[in-house]
Amino acid sequence: MIATIALVVFVTVTVGVYLSLSRDLFRVVLGLAMFGSAANLVLFAAGRLGRTAPAVVTVGETALADTANPLPQALVLTAIVIGFALVCFALVLMLRLIRDARTDDALALRDAEPLPTDPVKPPATDQAFEPVVGADPGREVAR
Amino acid sequence: MSVWLAASPVLVPLATTLVTALAHRHPRLQRILSLAGIVAFFGTALALVTAVHGGETLVIAFGNWPAPFGIEFRLDRLSASLVLITALMGLACLVFHESDADPGNRHPLLLPQVHGVLAGVAGAFATADLFNLYVWFEVMLIAALGVFAIGGRRDQLDASFKYLTLNLFGTLLLLIGVGAIHAATGHLNYGALAEAVGGLPPALTTLLLAVLGLAFLVKAGAFPLFAWLPASYHTLPGPILALFAGLLTKVGAYAVLRLLGDVFAPPPMVLLEALGWIATATMLIGVLGAAYHWDIRRILAFHIISQIGYILLATALAGEAGNAATLFYTWHHIVVKANLFLIGAIIWRLTGSYDLRRIGGLWQARPWLGVLFAIPALSLIGIPPLSGFWAKYLVLFEAIGQGRIVWTVVALLVSVLTLYSMTKIWLEAFWRPHPEADWTAPRDARLAPAIAATVGLATITLWIGTQPEALIAYARAAAATLGGAAP
Amino acid sequence: MNPRLVILDVVARPLYVVILLASLVVLLRGHNEPGGGFIAGLVAVSASVLWALAHGPAAAEARLPFRSPLILSAVGVALGAIAGLPALLLGDAFLTHLWGAIPLGFTEIEVSTVLVFDVGVYLCVWGALAGYALSLLEADLEAPAKDSPEARR
Repeated sequence: MIATIALVVFVTVTVGVYLSLSRDLFRVVLGLAMFGSAANLVLFAAGRLGRTAPAVVTVGETALADTANPLPQALVLTAIVIGFALVCFALVLMLRLIRDARTDDALALRDAEPLPTDPVKPPATDQAFEPVVGADPGREVAR
Repeated sequence: MSVWLAASPVLVPLATTLVTALAHRHPRLQRILSLAGIVAFFGTALALVTAVHGGETLVIAFGNWPAPFGIEFRLDRLSASLVLITALMGLACLVFHESDADPGNRHPLLLPQVHGVLAGVAGAFATADLFNLYVWFEVMLIAALGVFAIGGRRDQLDASFKYLTLNLFGTLLLLIGVGAIHAATGHLNYGALAEAVGGLPPALTTLLLAVLGLAFLVKAGAFPLFAWLPASYHTLPGPILALFAGLLTKVGAYAVLRLLGDVFAPPPMVLLEALGWIATATMLIGVLGAAYHWDIRRILAFHIISQIGYILLATALAGEAGNAATLFYTWHHIVVKANLFLIGAIIWRLTGSYDLRRIGGLWQARPWLGVLFAIPALSLIGIPPLSGFWAKYLVLFEAIGQGRIVWTVVALLVSVLTLYSMTKIWLEAFWRPHPEADWTAPRDARLAPAIAATVGLATITLWIGTQPEALIAYARAAAATLGGAAP
Repeated sequence: MNPRLVILDVVARPLYVVILLASLVVLLRGHNEPGGGFIAGLVAVSASVLWALAHGPAAAEARLPFRSPLILSAVGVALGAIAGLPALLLGDAFLTHLWGAIPLGFTEIEVSTVLVFDVGVYLCVWGALAGYALSLLEADLEAPAKDSPEARR
């Protein structure tokens, strides 16, 4: 049982990481959702697997004998709910981003970050700005 | 009474989130409620620090489930002081937000989400349960994402997506780590973990701590996992940017300290060694990134990374002195960094740009702003007698004491490079004449709240600088009770 | 979605009520059996989504309690917080739950702070997820529109 779960986690993590390294925004969100499922599975497996007996402590005992620990199952519920909310948010965000930027290519999204090929001191693009040459010769050297 | 107080770091900001959300159709009422909420938060945080100052620990077990089964909030000196500084930053930035220096889009959802971020930060500082820590990280992430996306501009959406991707990866890594820790020890409570970890094979402990530490380092913005930070922060409105810059990465740094310096202390040496080198690289890469940029916000964003390096270096030095230095450096850094961003927003209001190539002449127009800028800037570099000097002194003294010459030399070099960046801002924004000859500073700027907030933070910097003994003593006392040592 | 479907339009009216009633049943039976606030909230969201498909996202938003997903979820969180307060007033830790029964002579109604909390979860999930779902539908409707006004740069 545990080997099966381990294999499933392995495959899910692989798929998740592969998808989230993609340039396609939708695949990135899908990949993160997959990776989240893998994390949930790990958490779930933390509470022992394989027994279907209910987690009830029998009279006269103080600890669960042979059943799964219910705590990780409660934790995994919380994690699923949070992950669900985040994936919802990510989908809305991605849709709006694709609509506004008119591209779903992560490499083409350069609104928040300039290209790494920008020169060290790119000329300011604003038309209103005219660099004052001569007022500060050091600036010219740096360019 | 103490039960109320122990729950207050989360209850007060969450209640403020609620009432401001309910008042979202009445902007004026919402702003008044938000300010009242942050003042109440500051008041309870002060009461909290007063209560734990003598060495007591405030504990609340939610739902009366006793530890190690229930979720605990456990406020010792370390947690309480960080909750207080969270409230202080919230107060300064929300007061600043009342001015017209880069307030951004006053969206009805902005203030509720900012208080949500504060609740997440304070919850992460207060909790004594690993899974609950994950939940607070997620609360922080969701609320912060809402703030990022609120303006709806294309660069803001782009920034939120980058922030989301990398931070979600970090929290999921944290979740895997939490699951693995629970599988190995059967516990999540800090106190129970500290007892249970002794029975684990050392290799397994190292592996578990490495996974958790990696997740926290993503959150802290350490090398090489910091890419999300400079890609996103500069799209925020000025005061909110200052709040995020001051607090969010420090939660990651705090979690590393809690993990390696308290719960699992003493951690495997190999992890501390690795953390030290990561810290050194973080410092250096951060400061070099700052030297590249010409936007004040980007310069300062890269300096966050560089300063996180110092904090992590102090954590890597470990022991009582290292942990005390971590705490002191965190206080100093939060105040100074937020203040620099706030002054950047004032510069934007007066000159109309964050781009150093398009502004200048501020020393002539507003000399007081130059003085105000000089205090946190010199403190960031570490010039005595400002707060940064004592913070760096504590870290470097310990590094030399442990014979870490390379780390010390790099840290000193980074200070010099920080001086370069601050000089660049000073020369370009203040000293050089404005590129447009007929430029005059606007007279109608409503800056009184902004000046009150920045002067308040600068006063704190000066006060820490001139009277560091009390704070250093507090930091040492806080560090002395970490790692299961008797109080 | 554009050609308005008459059948969907007609069926949506009774179904909206039926789905909400079903969600209430799921909410209340969660006390002792499978069910509870979260699942019931999801069922309620499906009612809102159905209304949005039939009459558009704006109409669905107007049919939510308080006419706003935000206020709905805020009220839900507030109920959750309120459920923890009686314990604080009695000197117990926050969220310590209390149970009691109101006698009505011939029978009695069992009440508990847990139920208040669950109703809070129900409203919060309904509000938050209906908000997401409706804004997704809205984005879908706007997609073929001309230049988006938000793209300022």
